[in-house]
Amino acid sequence: MTLALVALPVLVPLFAAGLSLIVSASTDRQRTVTLTALALVLADAIALLVVVERDGTIVVRAGDWAPPIGIVLVADLLAAMLLALAVLVALAVLLFAVGQDNADRGPGITVPYHPSYLVLVAGITLAFLAGDLFNLFVAFEMLLSASYVLITLDAGPDRVRAGMTYVITSLTSSLLFLTALGLVYSAAGTVNLADLAVQAERLPPGLRTALSLMLLVVFGIKAAVVPLHFWLPDSYPTAPAPITAVFAALLTKVGVYAMVRTESLVFPRDGAWWVAAVLAVATMLVGILGAIAQDDINRLLSFTLVSHVGFMIFGLALSDIAGLTGTILYILHHITAQATLFLVAGLIVNAAGTAELSRMERGEGARRVHGVTGLLFLVGGLSMAGVPPFSGFIAKFALLRAAAAHGGVAAWLLAAAALVTSVLTLYAMVRVWRGAFSPGLGEPLPLRRRPGVLLTMSAAVAMTLTGLGLAAAAGPLASMGERAATELVRPGGYRDAVLVGEREGP
Amino acid sequence: MTSLDVTMALVVGGLFAAGVHLLLQRSLMRIVLGIILLGHGANLLLLEAGGPLGEPPITGGGPEVDVEAYSDPLPQAMALTAIVITFGVTTFLLALSHRSWRLTGHDEVQNDPEDRRIGDVAERADDDPTPHLPSDDRGDAG
Repeated sequence: MTLALVALPVLVPLFAAGLSLIVSASTDRQRTVTLTALALVLADAIALLVVVERDGTIVVRAGDWAPPIGIVLVADLLAAMLLALAVLVALAVLLFAVGQDNADRGPGITVPYHPSYLVLVAGITLAFLAGDLFNLFVAFEMLLSASYVLITLDAGPDRVRAGMTYVITSLTSSLLFLTALGLVYSAAGTVNLADLAVQAERLPPGLRTALSLMLLVVFGIKAAVVPLHFWLPDSYPTAPAPITAVFAALLTKVGVYAMVRTESLVFPRDGAWWVAAVLAVATMLVGILGAIAQDDINRLLSFTLVSHVGFMIFGLALSDIAGLTGTILYILHHITAQATLFLVAGLIVNAAGTAELSRMERGEGARRVHGVTGLLFLVGGLSMAGVPPFSGFIAKFALLRAAAAHGGVAAWLLAAAALVTSVLTLYAMVRVWRGAFSPGLGEPLPLRRRPGVLLTMSAAVAMTLTGLGLAAAAGPLASMGERAATELVRPGGYRDAVLVGEREGP
Repeated sequence: MTSLDVTMALVVGGLFAAGVHLLLQRSLMRIVLGIILLGHGANLLLLEAGGPLGEPPITGGGPEVDVEAYSDPLPQAMALTAIVITFGVTTFLLALSHRSWRLTGHDEVQNDPEDRRIGDVAERADDDPTPHLPSDDRGDAG
């Protein structure tokens, strides 16, 4: 029973993707298939989280091949937490997309949308559960192939240009990943993460560093870490709001997750990791300064996304339990907050008829968004900036406390950069606020008069409530995050569960 | 540690060098070719990671099989998977390049208009003490 819990989040969306192609003649049936599949996966992911929280890591051996040779799916506490939240966000964004599609049959939601979206979700869940590097590569390819289709769906010249940047950059990073895999295999003779953790200890230090840095570059491209971030603000903003929201919320986090997993499990470090510290400071500052320079609301949010990836690297750079707890809390907070902001930005652009803040401020747009949407933006924006009592404050507080407890130049440098970035994030959010609620814009339409508004609004409200829920459950969440971080830093449990676990797969 | 085949090392190195060179060109067709060459290089490298050649694995094994004489099957399985993936994605990339050529009439990689616009604003702000964003010289709606 528990074994099926681990496998189903990958299998159900893939099966549904096939089914969705079969019923592609009817939009309603396609929607039913996607919604049912995602609801099932969400129920499964929540059950998995409960079971893993109670009983510890679950390992599934595909085809009963024993590790390190066979494929294993590993659900530990970190994977289960991220899985549950990721599927929740995917479901909310899907509701938004369906609602927006009801409102106007704009570009983006055509027949290939639903199957691609399901494959994307399957890739994301597989990436969280993958127990070996090659399976992680396959998961990345699944979600990237689906994202290539989504970002260029029904595209005009603009989006083809942006999609081209995205596809070529992602492909290059995938080929680098493949190269790194070959090198890891020839050095250690295994790609199973748990086995690799054992083998890597025997490698010469120079080789270890080289492999670790190579994987850092590969996942750095996916996670948009400065200086490998350039592709993100060029490509994400051109896609329709629901697609941008799910990419921004989940795809970069999968990169960060892979980075945290490999670096903490296979290449554990004592003390601060300077390379990551420098990257984190650069990512935070360059990202947020880039955001301030932008005029397009989606580009501004994309640069904010880049900047806040730095916070997640912050915790990784400290490489201790407190730091990784901060990283985990930050990933959870950022998935919800960033998805909310992109969804609300979609509503703002829809209402104003332009994405340019300077034009909105001059009152050249059509009309303002409704007050409820404004409230949603306020919660998301303040949470991003780290204003208490929202989830961003809790995650940032955990990181800053970890830095203070850690001490040393690297930690204080990180803390200073984080504070500056938070203040500048607030400034960026105020800029969006001034544009979107500029008095020059026309009065908003009443909520009732627009088709599809119920779905889009309820999706945005659900995301905001999830964010508030994260803040309200800060205590239990922090202790859970700390347990997950402890598992990461002392990975004996992970290794033993995979290599000598008694649970046999079907 | 396995011994290294110099010919294969040269081939893989050559493929990577040529691939990266083509990837840095402005023409989309060359970039696609660069990706293909890089993919070949990476797949060969993966195959080489299995060590020196040996007996075909799994097939033809009697009761007394010398496991050491086998080729390592795992990198072969991984290379096969990777070949299928690069093949599929390359096809998509070709289709995308074709669409880009149909839409723009040439196969050059284009600049990002918004990037250039913000660059222009920064340059103008250096000359003009009161910066403002231009609104009418913008070609697209993002």
